[in-house]
Amino acid sequence: MPAIVFDRYGFTYAGATRPSLEEISLTIEEGETVLLAGSSGSGKSTLLRSLNGLIPHMYPGKTVGTVRVNGFDVSTTSTTELATKIGFLFQNPENQIFMFSVRRDVAFGPENLGLPREQIRSRVEEALVLMNITELADRAPHELSEGQKQRVALAGVLAMRPKILVLDEPLSLLDPKTAVMLVELLSDIKRRMSLTLLIVEHRLELLANLLDRMVVLHHGTILGDGPLRDIIVSDRIKAAGVRIPAVVRLGGILEKNGLGFDSSPISPDELVAQLGDVGVD
Amino acid sequence: MIEFSNVYFDYPQGQPALRDINLSIKVGELVAILGGNGAGKSTLVRHINGLLKPTRGTVTVFGRDTRKASVAEISRRVGIVFQSPDHQLFAETVEKEIDFALRNFGTTPQFRHDRIRDVLDFFDLEMYRSSSPLKLSSGEKKRLSIASIMAWDPDILILDEPTVAQDALQQDKLKELVRLWTNEGRTVVIVSHDLEFLWGLVPRLIVLSDGGVVADGKTDELLTKEELVQGESLLKPQLLDVAIRLGCTAPSPSFQNVSDAANWILKARK
Repeated sequence: MPAIVFDRYGFTYAGATRPSLEEISLTIEEGETVLLAGSSGSGKSTLLRSLNGLIPHMYPGKTVGTVRVNGFDVSTTSTTELATKIGFLFQNPENQIFMFSVRRDVAFGPENLGLPREQIRSRVEEALVLMNITELADRAPHELSEGQKQRVALAGVLAMRPKILVLDEPLSLLDPKTAVMLVELLSDIKRRMSLTLLIVEHRLELLANLLDRMVVLHHGTILGDGPLRDIIVSDRIKAAGVRIPAVVRLGGILEKNGLGFDSSPISPDELVAQLGDVGVD
Repeated sequence: MIEFSNVYFDYPQGQPALRDINLSIKVGELVAILGGNGAGKSTLVRHINGLLKPTRGTVTVFGRDTRKASVAEISRRVGIVFQSPDHQLFAETVEKEIDFALRNFGTTPQFRHDRIRDVLDFFDLEMYRSSSPLKLSSGEKKRLSIASIMAWDPDILILDEPTVAQDALQQDKLKELVRLWTNEGRTVVIVSHDLEFLWGLVPRLIVLSDGGVVADGKTDELLTKEELVQGESLLKPQLLDVAIRLGCTAPSPSFQNVSDAANWILKARK
């Protein structure tokens, strides 16, 4: 069963004159890692809100088509039920950490599911171990660094044992070292928990190795959808306001000037290696 | 113009946040402050507009000791755009948000009218003029927070993580704005992790670690020091990385942007 299916799905906010999403069809299979890209106003936020039930349960408007998460129709599934299938990590972890200790914060979701105490405890311990924050369990979240807060927020999400994880600009507030560590952590938990990942992020250069696929939204429609390498080098996505890594833009100019690469380079390693093959070293 | 002399700062609970900071930023300079999460970057820039006062040492801005000047007095000349727009936005509408400082600074109605129109236009926010700032997306809130500071033309502009939630188009506009601003002889200080954005834009970097300055110098010179890059967990911009690996001895100016880099590579091939 696919993890996420948008079937000719569109949404227009109440009072808006134009739809924010225009009858898109998109299927994300279990285990895929997909980057969702697009400029401000492209429909990214609307798409994400349509996955966790904020649309249509919290935001009024006109819906067409359907969205299914793990086979469940979002429009007829409670947000509580959806929270056990799909977890969200927001850009700023402070928006989702609010308890007085890390352990209590991670336990908040499972407690609200009404799980037995022993299950809550085992889920919390498992999430703390996965995020490598066991030693922080009794600390107050506000005392932690940005990277640590991000891991606490992620532990809270994972304690709900979702099969799908949505990350909204998870790297934007992190320094490069912490960002690279988070990407490695995501790669690890994806493998260990067989997660499907949907990521919104502008700093593509940090994520290139993690991604299988890239979907580009533009004015509420899907402008591009395919393997990262194919989409990121296509001229079409420039119009969509996506920040294309410098090395990809450089490779594109070189190809237009007659340098024949075996495949369009998407990282400095690939570019330098292929330049050696065409006589630049 | 901005002088830090032996500056130490401890937060009220006692944790030291800055230690022995000595630096000088001249009028018209464009400087970026780098460092890991918790290195003291935001604490440092809050000393420039007097929001924080040093525990020891002195900070002077335009010759005024910040401990002897009110925040209001310094704010007239130093604008700071905070990392989180939620710490800055409070008015009922986007228009009132921008108008707030203009009114407080006693500018004329005509000036306010024109200036609000100009910044709304530049930052693609005109359509939200009468909307509540709370209804904007995170990227739009960030643009509004920059617009509301730019509107009153401070001599020093401090941008804390300005690229967060901004798409490529908005990041290009931001670069254009920073260049315009410095071309007019104003000073810009950018706090950012985003070296891809800073490369080719900012000529000087100040690197903080654990509350102290560990490096201060030309961008290309600092980023080619492998020990510093590794030690401070900086991530080289892709163009600089490629330049070094291709043996280019002058990444600045040869690899400042993709067009120049392509020209260098094509010539090297011939």
